Amino acid sequence: MDSHPWIPNSTREIREKMLEKIGVKNIDEFFNDIPRNIRISKEEWDNLEIGLKKPISEITARRIIEEKLSMNKVFVPLLFLGGGAYPHYVPSVIKYLISRGEFLTSYTPYQPEISQGILQALFEYQSLMAELLDMDVVNSSMYDWASALAEALLMSLRVKKNKKKILLPSNMNPIHKRVVNTYLSPHNVRIEYVNYNHDTGLIDLEDLKNKIDNDTAAVYVQSPNFFGYIEENAKEIGEIVHDIDSLFIMGIDPISLGLIKPPGELGADIAVGEGQPLGLGLNYGGPYLGIFATRMDMKLVRQMPGRIIGLTRSVDGSRAFTMILQTREQHIRRAKATSNICTNEALSAIAAAIYLALLGKSGIRKLAELIYYRSHYAQARLREIGLNTDIFKSDFFKEFPINFDNIGVKYRYVHEKLLENNIHGGLYIGNWFPELGETALYAFTEIHTKNDIDLLVEKLADIINELKR
Amino acid sequence: MFRQSRWDEPLIFELGNKGRKGFIVPEPEEEVKRKVGGIRIPEKILRKKPPNLPEVSEVEVIRHYTRLTEMSYGVDNGPVPLGSCTMKYNPRIAWEISNDYRINMLHPLQDERTIQGLLEILYELQKWLANITGMDYCSLHPAAGAHGEFSGILIIRKYHELKKQLDRKSEIIIPDSAHGTNPASASMGGFKVVEVPSGEDGNIDMEALKSVVGESTAGLMITNPSTLGLFEENVVEISKIIHGVDGLLYYDGANLNGIMGYTRPGDMGFDIAHINIHKTFGAPHGGGGPGAGPVCVKDKLIDEERNIWLRDLLPGYRVVYDEKTGLYKLVNNEKYSIGLLKAFFGNIVPLIWGYTYILMLGSKGLRTVTEQAVLNTNYFISLVKDIRGYDIPYGKDRYRKHEVVLSAKPLYDDTGVSAEDVAKGLLDAGFYAPTIYFPLIVHEALMTEFTESETIEYIEKYAERLQEISTIAYSDPEKAKEWPLNTSVRRVDNVRANHPKTLAPTWRIYMEKVCRKYSEC
Repeated sequence: MDSHPWIPNSTREIREKMLEKIGVKNIDEFFNDIPRNIRISKEEWDNLEIGLKKPISEITARRIIEEKLSMNKVFVPLLFLGGGAYPHYVPSVIKYLISRGEFLTSYTPYQPEISQGILQALFEYQSLMAELLDMDVVNSSMYDWASALAEALLMSLRVKKNKKKILLPSNMNPIHKRVVNTYLSPHNVRIEYVNYNHDTGLIDLEDLKNKIDNDTAAVYVQSPNFFGYIEENAKEIGEIVHDIDSLFIMGIDPISLGLIKPPGELGADIAVGEGQPLGLGLNYGGPYLGIFATRMDMKLVRQMPGRIIGLTRSVDGSRAFTMILQTREQHIRRAKATSNICTNEALSAIAAAIYLALLGKSGIRKLAELIYYRSHYAQARLREIGLNTDIFKSDFFKEFPINFDNIGVKYRYVHEKLLENNIHGGLYIGNWFPELGETALYAFTEIHTKNDIDLLVEKLADIINELKR
Repeated sequence: MFRQSRWDEPLIFELGNKGRKGFIVPEPEEEVKRKVGGIRIPEKILRKKPPNLPEVSEVEVIRHYTRLTEMSYGVDNGPVPLGSCTMKYNPRIAWEISNDYRINMLHPLQDERTIQGLLEILYELQKWLANITGMDYCSLHPAAGAHGEFSGILIIRKYHELKKQLDRKSEIIIPDSAHGTNPASASMGGFKVVEVPSGEDGNIDMEALKSVVGESTAGLMITNPSTLGLFEENVVEISKIIHGVDGLLYYDGANLNGIMGYTRPGDMGFDIAHINIHKTFGAPHGGGGPGAGPVCVKDKLIDEERNIWLRDLLPGYRVVYDEKTGLYKLVNNEKYSIGLLKAFFGNIVPLIWGYTYILMLGSKGLRTVTEQAVLNTNYFISLVKDIRGYDIPYGKDRYRKHEVVLSAKPLYDDTGVSAEDVAKGLLDAGFYAPTIYFPLIVHEALMTEFTESETIEYIEKYAERLQEISTIAYSDPEKAKEWPLNTSVRRVDNVRANHPKTLAPTWRIYMEKVCRKYSEC
């Protein structure tokens, strides 16, 4: 092969010089210790379908990929899907800063002296997130909300050593339920679900009281819950949980905390959530950002999964940052580590830090208010055209379910009709919650202007009218 | 001489001024406001105190984080020879493509028919990865290598569960040279970890292996080449032994860069393998992530009667092509799959990097990658093997693959200058340090990996610096304890960082508990 731009020593002269210095005739000699019967021949390998077999130019590659990408259909802003990932605006500053090579191409900062910048940026992420959540300790990221929750439950079982039961809310994200089941499957744990009140959509406190017992290691509450409704009884739930010496875990949407009391103020021991709304794209599901926070209680902190950056000093007294409490981690503790997590979502965490810095004290509140107004405007307008938007009688943030039973067709039909009009409707949830019938969850954020919402309402009204005829 | 920027950069909390903002949030339209009326969130759940976030302008944010990048070091700045982390060049074309709005704006629950282009890319990537590893089926779901390992362990678990032998299959065998994620993953999967020692030649001690393999062996996890950069020559025999007791073999793909194009995990006898897209296939590490850790399996019949195959156990969703409709679609065998390990498909952005990297090199180019990575390593060895103070355990003359572990034990014994001091001496000259004190079986270890993308000039300079460090250590060992002098900060006080009284994991804890006590604020 000719020399390649990514492989600077691949010229004949350099290769020959290197081989001569080493004292071997050809490169194949380095591979002589691979037994013959498990080697792949050059011919066989070259003919495998891997890329286009031979190296190609950037120009050609771009053409090939462009052609494929043109087959994707982008609906944003006319996309009303939520369910754990949300179309939010990403300020330009974020992409610019996280594409700087010193952040982008660095590794886990094992050598703090030469990595102060990235260490400080991650410390700032932890610190900004701590203020938003009103929690004390935040790790510098998990994979996503679902895996953060699963690890929080595993952590609870370690903290409450002899307890073997976990209580989850039935109005939590059903996809997260599946992830939790996977993570907990090897362990001897009982998972039980607390009912939700079919009138308010919120946790049924009586059912919680009936199900919680001395064997309960942790109780999880999601707020806003999967239906988008705000768990206004979170504080009372925390008290019930603490009365029985079990841990209270809260799952949150970080942007909602501009308006809603933070988990720290509500008594949560552990808070988890999805950082995707904070300046990350939708990216078809990843990379996202698992938020993980606890109170400053060493019993909790020592059992935390993931990497934590701390503030300290250098030998000459200047402020410095470094990875702390590493004895919890897999590279030191091995089989006894609190988690196996190594590569995390550090760059996403930096993006979220920049986002929080840009919005600042008042921006996060204004953004939460804007989203509140937009989503409630949508609800009011959809109610006017005869859709059932009031399945639950409490207040919501960003998304809410709409029931389509009264229009006489399956939701699938509505979905197809909207697609024909270049609109992507909400998420059908009837299969997860059969008691809700033909119901779909619609999300509205700052990217949806009044005109976008009006257009959706207009098209839905057309569909309904057509059916009436 | 190397000099890293040394800004006295405040924390973002110490910047800004009251009322400043970095981003304008639009106002809700008048009619929107009128129709809604007002915010009706009940008082008892309404946030009254705004979060204590900074108040900074856009330009302050840009300057602050730009200064922080100036105090950071990545592959774009110079060599990062962190062994087993495979810090190669990250082609910018891939970054640009991964930032295309036709990827960034796709919702993970969007109708499959509207993302056919992306699914085609992912379908091809699955196929290429299967061909590279010699496996049959891949799932792109796991978000990182350790996530892939956890998937693999759960597949092993499910395999034995389906064969109704999980009650006795309780152990996973892992060599002592393995990455820490291996035992941690096995343990998260509910298995007991049985460690086997390496022999004097760096291979797994076969006698020791035979003595621990038995009825309770659920599987074995190894990297090959190992963290010592050595190819495990007995891999076929190991595979026979483990399969002999119906255990499964797991391949940790962290070191795949040393063998691509010469042999494949599937050909060596492995049943399950993960791949680090952020290592082998050029996605950047981003200061610790995101990565992507696809997991692949050799298809194997588990239960003839119920027609269950190993592929049915894969996590997340696989992309398949439906001949009838001409459409790509996502499938998941909910009945037998180990399930979901994260909410959505996988880490798309790193996967797109990997796709672009493989597309542009092809099979031929990938073999060149391996050849050059291995040539670079052995060239480096030829430059340093006779430098006083460094030893190359497990055979000075055996060729290494992707990486080599030097031992600074002679240097330490002779002068008191440790592997950590050597690392700091490298930083001082503008290089990143190798992985130190790992693997644990080598004293004063310096695990060094240059990859295919390092230039001969830098490899030589790196070796020269190791020579210089040795010379200084033998003449003036105290000087070595002073390093680094040219980085943003001098040596960091790790004791203070971890002491319960001074532990400061966030700004608020620092302000409440630490700064006043030590009159720092």
